[in-house]
Amino acid sequence: MILRMRGIAKSFLGVRVLHGVDLDVAPGEVHAVVGENGAGKSTLMKIIAGVHAPDEGTMEIDGVPVSFGHPVQAQRAGVAIIYQEFNLLPERSVAENVFLGREPVRRGLVDRSAMEAATARLLAELGETSFGPRAPVRRLSVAQQQVVEIVKALSQDARIIVMDEPTAALAGHEVELLYALVARLRERGIAVLYISHRLREVFDLADRVTVLKDGALVRTAGTGDVDPGELVRLMVGRDLGTYFPPRGTGPGQVRLSVRGGGNAVLDGIDLDLRAGEILGVAGLQGSGRTELAKALFGAEPFTRGTMSPLRPASVRQAVAAGIGLVTEDRKAEGLALRQSVRDNALLVARSVRRRGRDAPGRDGAPGRAGGSGRDGVTGLLEAVRLQPPEPGREVRFLSGGNQQKVVLAKWMTVAPETLIFDEPTRGVDVGAKAAIHDLMRGLANDGMAIMMISSELPELIGMSDRVVVMRDGRLAGELPPGPSEEAVMRLAAGEATP
Amino acid sequence: MRALRTLGPIVVVLAVLLALIAAANPFFLEPAGFLAFLKRAAPLVILAAGQYFVIVSGEFDLSVGSLVTVQVVVAARLIDGDEAATWPVLALLVAIGLLIGLANGVITTALRVPSFITTLGMMLVLSGAVFLWTGGAPRGALSEAFRTFGRKDLGPVPWSVLILLAAGGAAIALMRSDFGRRLVAAGDNERAASLSGVRVNRTRTLAFVLSGLAAAVAGILLGGFAGVSAQVGQGLEFQAITAVVLGGVALGGGRGSVAAAMAGAFTLEALFTLLNLYGISGALEFAVQGVIIIAAVAAGAVRLPLRRTAHV
Repeated sequence: MILRMRGIAKSFLGVRVLHGVDLDVAPGEVHAVVGENGAGKSTLMKIIAGVHAPDEGTMEIDGVPVSFGHPVQAQRAGVAIIYQEFNLLPERSVAENVFLGREPVRRGLVDRSAMEAATARLLAELGETSFGPRAPVRRLSVAQQQVVEIVKALSQDARIIVMDEPTAALAGHEVELLYALVARLRERGIAVLYISHRLREVFDLADRVTVLKDGALVRTAGTGDVDPGELVRLMVGRDLGTYFPPRGTGPGQVRLSVRGGGNAVLDGIDLDLRAGEILGVAGLQGSGRTELAKALFGAEPFTRGTMSPLRPASVRQAVAAGIGLVTEDRKAEGLALRQSVRDNALLVARSVRRRGRDAPGRDGAPGRAGGSGRDGVTGLLEAVRLQPPEPGREVRFLSGGNQQKVVLAKWMTVAPETLIFDEPTRGVDVGAKAAIHDLMRGLANDGMAIMMISSELPELIGMSDRVVVMRDGRLAGELPPGPSEEAVMRLAAGEATP
Repeated sequence: MRALRTLGPIVVVLAVLLALIAAANPFFLEPAGFLAFLKRAAPLVILAAGQYFVIVSGEFDLSVGSLVTVQVVVAARLIDGDEAATWPVLALLVAIGLLIGLANGVITTALRVPSFITTLGMMLVLSGAVFLWTGGAPRGALSEAFRTFGRKDLGPVPWSVLILLAAGGAAIALMRSDFGRRLVAAGDNERAASLSGVRVNRTRTLAFVLSGLAAAVAGILLGGFAGVSAQVGQGLEFQAITAVVLGGVALGGGRGSVAAAMAGAFTLEALFTLLNLYGISGALEFAVQGVIIIAAVAAGAVRLPLRRTAHV
């Protein structure tokens, strides 16, 4: 074994993200690591690459115990990691990037010809002929930049290469090229740790696969010993122990309808959203879930297709048409953190007029809400169960759950007909989670149409009246109420069509 | 206590400085003495209020000093002692102020030029234009009616103090309005504001327009108070920014009140008065400003998040 890990554990801020994980990788092996979002794959890889130090456990490379305090130490031990976001300087040449910080020197000057010759040799060995060592990196495609990263790893004599979702940013034909590249790495005796959501790649490429779930090792198996269905079960198998509010009485009229919606990321979106229902949207990271929300909300508008009541070209148009979005990242996109609860709650109402549609509690005084809206805001904060309901407090001092309630209050001031929630309970504690779920169901029962994106399958399945699954910017399929986690994952990972 | 919470520690500093001035010069405690101080401070306070709108939205306006010079030089040349020309020229000055502010705002938001560069460029353009037009020495003279605003009194109270009260009240009211809250939200988190339906570009542009308007009013007061010269506005942009920062307003936007910014301007003026009283060279003013602006920003950067209530 070139890499041997035993009992690796890691906590962040008291939250345990890895529980005693074991991993063995042989030279020349392609070893896939799979799991749901948040299963601990990235943390494990970062421990191998020396970005994080494990709290417990041991690690050996070639039988020699190692402990990395810094990525450079891992690099010297022969570990290279290729992130989804490349670490390349766009204005420098390929050779300069490959040897960045390790430039060969002759008589005190950088030896360009040696650098370029070494790069050219490695490119040739990988069968890469479409660009040379002098090409500036900014001119290269994503796939070509990936090759540069691999050359960089090889030039450092890496014997273990970690690839984090290497195909996420590649077009279909480029994936084939990557397969060929991985095959060449295997021939050289290099161990490749391959992280991917896509089961097909796992079975096409990997010799063995390790499944992680909730930070723990589920199983390591040869790819010939498991079938895709079993792998999915291993990835998601868990209890649905949580309580969710009862489902609604059935959907009403269509509030929002899209036909053939598309833009740079999305394509062929057909979707109806009805009053009184909660539509769950599942999908892996990068499947276009958030982009769908942003398109419906006019923030990254559809450029094709039709939408009723209108296809918003801007956020303001969407808000005026009664569409709201509770964003995924509430600190970056949802709240002005240094402003008060009141100012955040009233921001939408102060910015967009919905004719004759001010919600109760705005006390009918548009334009001067800051002065006269005090009582209205207090009522609103009670309605979203903010604890404590202090309108003067700066939002950054609130807990995640309370911040999310403020975002919700912000939208309730304009009484939208449709409200989209992107990961509504991310970073929220269990109690506040239940409160937000109850609020969402309450809004739906009051006739609002709700769309909810969530990476947490139990939440998605427990809350939704219907689930649609996204994959590669398209709707991969729709599932009836209460689908199994396997069914959702199968659709999301491209394993089956219903 | 509420005033202290809204204004912050700057009122304490201001009170100490005023007490020191009074100790050195008892005349300061008489109404006439204190009103003279307010009158002297009025242009800077108004400029600071204008600068506050821009800074709290996350930008800078370096062009206001040159703009003040333009106002005074243009007024002197066009009025040239003719009383009848006073009112049309006043209207023109206000229009110039609004227009320059609009240009700063549109260039910064629509063309995405950082405001530091936009307004630095505007400062140079305006300085050059004044120099070109006057050949180095301003010509003409202001009318008596024009000078009334900066120099004369209405009963016991100077006109400039009345104008200051009106402008200060308007600035505070504006910051309590929906516009003001949107402006601070845009300065705090542009992305969140935009996703809440705030027209961020338009809101910021309006902040520059208000700064231009403040420069026009300050120019009108200074023309009467200090007279006509090609140096009248020199350094005022830095005084205004220093005042705003001294008031605890965060550079980069999203934090601080307009009342505190104006209190910062009074504090700066009080400091200059005090230095003057103790016979310290006026040349030191620049050095003092430099120290203040660095110290205030450094203090703001390390300030612990102790205050749990937002100020308005």
